Amino acid sequence: MSATQAPAAGTVGSRLTRLEDPALLTGEGRYVDDLAVPGALHLAVLRSPYAHARIRSVDTSAALSQPGVVAAFSGADLQQEWASPMPCAWPVTPDMKNPPHYPLAVDTACYVGDGVAAVVAETAEQAQDALASITVDYEELPAVVDLEDAASDRVLVHESLGTNTSYVWELNPDPEAVERAFAGAAHTVSERYVQQRLIPSAMETRGVCVVPQPYGGEYTLYSATQIPHILKIMAGLTTGIPESKVRVVAPEVGGGFGSKLNVYAEELLCLALARRLRRPVRWREERTENAQATIQGRGQVQRIELAADSEGKLMAVRVKLLADMGAYLQLVTPGIPLLGGFLYHGVYHTPAYSFSCQSVFTTKTPTDAYRGAGRPEATYAIERAMDALARKVGVDPAEIRRRNFIPTESFPYGSTPGLVFDSGNYPAALDKALQLVGYEELRAEQARRRSAGETKHLGIGISSYVEMCGLAPSRVLASLNYSAGGWEAATVRILPTSKVQVVTGTSPHGQGHVTSWSMIVADKLGISPEDVEVIHGDTASSPHGMDTYGSRSLSVGGTAVYLATERVLDKAKRIAAHQLEAAEEDLEFSGGAFSVRGSPERSMPLATVAFEAFTAHNLPEGTEPTLEASVTWDPPNFTFPFGTHVAVVEVEEETGRIELVKYVAVDDCGNQVNPLLVEGQVHGGIAQGVAQALWEEAVYDKDGNLLSATLADYLVPAASELPSYVTDSTVTPSPTNPMGVKGVGEAGTIASTPAVMNAVVDALSPLGVTDLDMPASPMRVWEAISRARQGRN
Amino acid sequence: MTVNGKTYEHEVEPRLLLVYYLREVLGLTGTNVGCDTTSCGACTVLLNGESVKSCTVLAVQADGADITTIEGLAGPDGKLHPIQEAFREHHALQCGYCTPGMVMAVTSLLRENPHPSEDQVRFGLEGNLCRCTGYHNIVKAVLAAAAAGAGSAPIGAGTAGAVPTGGAVAGGGAR
Repeated sequence: MSATQAPAAGTVGSRLTRLEDPALLTGEGRYVDDLAVPGALHLAVLRSPYAHARIRSVDTSAALSQPGVVAAFSGADLQQEWASPMPCAWPVTPDMKNPPHYPLAVDTACYVGDGVAAVVAETAEQAQDALASITVDYEELPAVVDLEDAASDRVLVHESLGTNTSYVWELNPDPEAVERAFAGAAHTVSERYVQQRLIPSAMETRGVCVVPQPYGGEYTLYSATQIPHILKIMAGLTTGIPESKVRVVAPEVGGGFGSKLNVYAEELLCLALARRLRRPVRWREERTENAQATIQGRGQVQRIELAADSEGKLMAVRVKLLADMGAYLQLVTPGIPLLGGFLYHGVYHTPAYSFSCQSVFTTKTPTDAYRGAGRPEATYAIERAMDALARKVGVDPAEIRRRNFIPTESFPYGSTPGLVFDSGNYPAALDKALQLVGYEELRAEQARRRSAGETKHLGIGISSYVEMCGLAPSRVLASLNYSAGGWEAATVRILPTSKVQVVTGTSPHGQGHVTSWSMIVADKLGISPEDVEVIHGDTASSPHGMDTYGSRSLSVGGTAVYLATERVLDKAKRIAAHQLEAAEEDLEFSGGAFSVRGSPERSMPLATVAFEAFTAHNLPEGTEPTLEASVTWDPPNFTFPFGTHVAVVEVEEETGRIELVKYVAVDDCGNQVNPLLVEGQVHGGIAQGVAQALWEEAVYDKDGNLLSATLADYLVPAASELPSYVTDSTVTPSPTNPMGVKGVGEAGTIASTPAVMNAVVDALSPLGVTDLDMPASPMRVWEAISRARQGRN
Repeated sequence: MTVNGKTYEHEVEPRLLLVYYLREVLGLTGTNVGCDTTSCGACTVLLNGESVKSCTVLAVQADGADITTIEGLAGPDGKLHPIQEAFREHHALQCGYCTPGMVMAVTSLLRENPHPSEDQVRFGLEGNLCRCTGYHNIVKAVLAAAAAGAGSAPIGAGTAGAVPTGGAVAGGGAR
């Protein structure tokens, strides 16, 4: 076999098509709202039309006489249902302010969409209709929309806190070094960037269905969630139902992107009302509710300063963030800016570093994790600032990056903020990307257009990124005050019929874990991936798990599967050696069978070993029956995927219209289990990141109304707005785990936003434009051009 | 109304949307709902051979019509339609939620234009949103399906999808 030959079909590294697909392609896949549950009641939530209002009274009596209505409740009516407020699992500082947050607001509504009353009826339409019969007497309070205004405490979102600041978090290992660097710098850059709020917009909105079981006092909570295991714990804590009596099932889940990494009011309401009414209770989120009452992403004002020497080599990076928490702290809201806080120096060696984040409450939908969660924001700031530095130093954006890359020979690299980057080769990814895009030719064409005075400007934007994913070493999470671990669990069992069951604690919602985990196991056991069944998303069959987010599933959960498979194989070897009357050291395993080295006729297929383990008629002394192993793996470090993306845009000077004409992505996620799936993750990530740059924004008016609350107003891109992408990879294995894998779920989103914005600014730079807020709408582009012209005149 | 080759007759509320008739009365839950504004296309089905967004058609408007849903596209033996096959081959789906609507929209597109250009595919599908794939592999799959002659491939003879699985008890109870 030559080194370049493709891996055999189905083995690790091959492009196996997904085992998940037939069900999803024929309509057989079952999402929450597809589950037939006879007799279920339907929940509808009345939401505040005001961004900030005191609730003087709620009258639900008229709703009770509406057709089909079974019950109606105000927030106050349900207070006795809650053993504790809704959870925030990440108190980042000991003095962090966290206002009590209940599934329904009791005395004050704090954002448009905050639940104030609930109706349950026999049908969804009846529940929805009855909301109109509820009377709420509101006393409107002033909205707090702008972040800087929020920080001034002019109006308090939560009066009882006495401030709008939730916390201030600093990472400043050597303040004097930073001061010295700026004092001695030949070049400095000081930029202010705005990370607009984004609406994650998974195609499936959220949905919940809670079924009280007829025996055993258990509740089954079906939810469109990324985190069945965490939800089980939190649902128990908030309702007071013992955790052991809550089973959470995540059936098919139609995308998440972080928005389903949460514990939501409606999940708790359905559970509490199912307990109270002793009937199944279900809820399906409408798209406008999804915009208003599911978390939003980003929402930061970033100030980044660079100090560099005369060659443009970085001496220091100093960052100050103002981060929008929204009205309440959801599950991990406060931690999101911190996930980027270690990475504002990007892929560049930076001797001095300072980061601080002030997080404030506003009267808007809570923010939380959205694809990339903190790392896209950090990457955006450093990559845009590096382009600004290149302009100051007078060198090409590719050159400024080369001069500053962390040297390949210095991995594992201890960064100034305190991380250890596992492995990297940044110049290789940059070189490949520039070659694929035809960088020199594009620069020549750009120069030609500029000298010809053409008004369709060509812009080329580079973004070299690194991110930390694979959440995470539990001890590191402890140092960040995160209230949980970062391990993952897996069980592998070979059944008597030799079929293999894998139970994973990860919870896929489009990533293809069934395919990838099957490949990992099949490859090791020498069987077909079709003979492996992967069980996920059900806390009854997988009692332990930390779920899916932060590009963690392969490097943590996949590793647990890998190690559990090894452990099963070890046991099988013991049994085979016993029965073949050979020493374990003399056995080899290949093609799905053990054989004695040098005597291939003395062999035993794994299937036979599985049956022997089941009958237990002849096992070695001290060996327990059955072939099964469980592993809970806690990684020693994060993984650090990296790469370079290059965007090419054309901008029309007269109209401000931007077209993305070419996009090249070179990503390095270490070894790849299935390149087909890796590419899919990159493609989707690119589209979401491009969308932040060019189209998407959760727009609020000054009264705190969300103006982009439907898919007609919030511009999720269609196929017609995007090009095909050129994707490629380099492979630098991670030393963090035995498979050498990193993660790729968020890389595309992290890299693409700054690539596109750098391209837009590059296109407009001859016109004097050096900055532009996102999304770069035609209006914004046109205004920036006009402003630049006025500035020059 | 004929759905996937089988005839149904029901008295329905005037406000019942076609998509909820399919999902709740017939138990054909493959057709999904993704928005309230006819923007996302997750609910796309064929009505008399042309794609429509079934969230914007009243069930009563479809009285007497011939409807094909995702459940009716594969052959009676479960053999995937060439468009479904191409979606699988080219990894044109991830979470799968937009997929039934997307596949039905592609079916309609290729019947109208059996050999579209990449641009024609992209503009032809602009009424169907996908949040996972960035469209790259969807476009690839459509072009591959077109090259394989999927535009003239028969639609699954109408027997495979007509029997709601697990949803048989769902009429009125599913929601």
